Amino acid sequence: MTTETRDHAAIDQTVTTRKEMSGLQAIVRTQPFWVLVSILAIGAVMSVVSDVFMTDRNMFNVTRNFAFFGIMALGMTAVIVTAGIDLSVGSLMGLAGIVTGLVMQAGFGVGLGFLACIGMAGLVGLINGVLIAYLRLAPFVVTLGMLAITRSVAMVASNNKMIYEFGPDQELFEWIGGESVIGVPNPVWVLIILTIVFFLAFRYTTWGRWVFAVGGNADAARLAGIPVERVIVSVYVICSMCAGLAAFLLVGWFGSVTNALGLTYELNVIAASVIGGANLMGGVAYALGAPIGAALMELIRNSLLLAGIDALWQQFFVGLFIILAVLLERIRNRSGP
Amino acid sequence: MTLLSLKGVSKNFGAIQALTGIDLEIQPGEAVGLMGDNGAGKSTLVKIIAGNFPQSGGSIEIEGRQVQFHKPIDARHAGIEVVYQDLALCDNLTAAANVFLGREIKRRIGPFSYLDHQAMYDRAGELFVELKSETRPRDYVRQMSGGQRQAVAIARTRLSDPKLVLMDEPTAAISVRQVAEVLDLIKRLKETNHAVILISHRMPDVFEVCDRVAVLRRGRKVADKAIAQSTPEEVTGLITGAIEAA
Repeated sequence: MTTETRDHAAIDQTVTTRKEMSGLQAIVRTQPFWVLVSILAIGAVMSVVSDVFMTDRNMFNVTRNFAFFGIMALGMTAVIVTAGIDLSVGSLMGLAGIVTGLVMQAGFGVGLGFLACIGMAGLVGLINGVLIAYLRLAPFVVTLGMLAITRSVAMVASNNKMIYEFGPDQELFEWIGGESVIGVPNPVWVLIILTIVFFLAFRYTTWGRWVFAVGGNADAARLAGIPVERVIVSVYVICSMCAGLAAFLLVGWFGSVTNALGLTYELNVIAASVIGGANLMGGVAYALGAPIGAALMELIRNSLLLAGIDALWQQFFVGLFIILAVLLERIRNRSGP
Repeated sequence: MTLLSLKGVSKNFGAIQALTGIDLEIQPGEAVGLMGDNGAGKSTLVKIIAGNFPQSGGSIEIEGRQVQFHKPIDARHAGIEVVYQDLALCDNLTAAANVFLGREIKRRIGPFSYLDHQAMYDRAGELFVELKSETRPRDYVRQMSGGQRQAVAIARTRLSDPKLVLMDEPTAAISVRQVAEVLDLIKRLKETNHAVILISHRMPDVFEVCDRVAVLRRGRKVADKAIAQSTPEEVTGLITGAIEAA
């Protein structure tokens, strides 16, 4: 009897102190890791196939191009964790871009332009979030409606005209979106910083823990005393603000804005999140997955271009990778314990 | 002093009368078995005490003070912890994360506070050792057996020092050895002067750990007596209605 109790205690002791797997094993099991591997593989092939691929100029363009999608995909990832979706981000870019243009065209500085842009985005996110969290409407339908509304408001506000005069701070504005620091494009810096912020927020804040809890089992989260509604509102506000930030940078880079800015971007953004390992059923996602997913999509586009394959094939390969990503996840889950 | 006192508690959902005039008193260190057939009103009563929804009539007193719960958090602040029947866990989080859900351990560096994962793993590990459960704090709940999930749900209640622990079918769907462990835990709770309400279908469990048994039938309390003065046969009769009241 005594020996048996001791044995149990000994087993329990080893069991509780034992880690299930090492850190490296845990990383290898995540989807972003395998997407990163395929990025490196495609990169290796392309550097042999094309002389242009590894040039500074091409790398500069590739990283800048995916930065905008990566920034938005980070926000989208937070929404997808809660088993939600935000289809309005592309249209919202159009609205936020136009608002920025109108404010700066009227002679206000870049600071106010930025606040107006992010403020408008936050407001749209707040409306989405409140409708979804408190009125319990389906995220797909609410944000589909908002997709139409924001695009329409952007058209009305811009009077269907292009804006290319950005007032006194035009140069600074275009520098923020279009130039680089230490050889790295500014939007990429923003993406890097945001990725770190999201990574830390997901891992080390109660907000991050609660977002995942809501995605895993909203009822359990509510019983545990988590303010589920406020958590849901927060992810839609953050997702919209990310879209606003991407619009601000993109308009600065283009040096002009029309109300068509960001048209159909929502599909690419959702694709980047999903390729990066975000599970549309909620509860599973990786902060690092968003930029990695966005990078893979841009890499496919760039590679097809450089390999001389008709650009019309681009969407085919993006779609293929989305399906492969979901398939990969299913296979990993089945072989898992 | 009486820990929990229900006076004439009733609940109706529209035209359906789920509970009628329930009186129930629980003293510190006492375990009360709450029994009844499916639909007798056990879960409704538990949900009222746990603050999931308010009663339609009657009053609840804790240590002589009248309370009104609007949300589960109100009940928790009053010292009531619940182990839910469906266990209410997040499959995508680790055991430790579930134990600490909603009351995470945080550390502070200047203006920033962050989750102290190590402290939560350590504390959860201690709780599982206390429960003699082979549950690893870092494992995901998704991969766990029924008994391990039970351990996680029970460990949650041990975080605070609750006055009253409500257990809704804690021994359903777990192995024989684990049933014994859960019953041991209930005994330990009693020894430390905690009150326990055990909702169970399993007669032997109730007779092993409870001091009193209350039987509900069709939303009414038909019996409330000391275990020592009752028998499993009598309780079965009360549950089914073969015995009218005792």
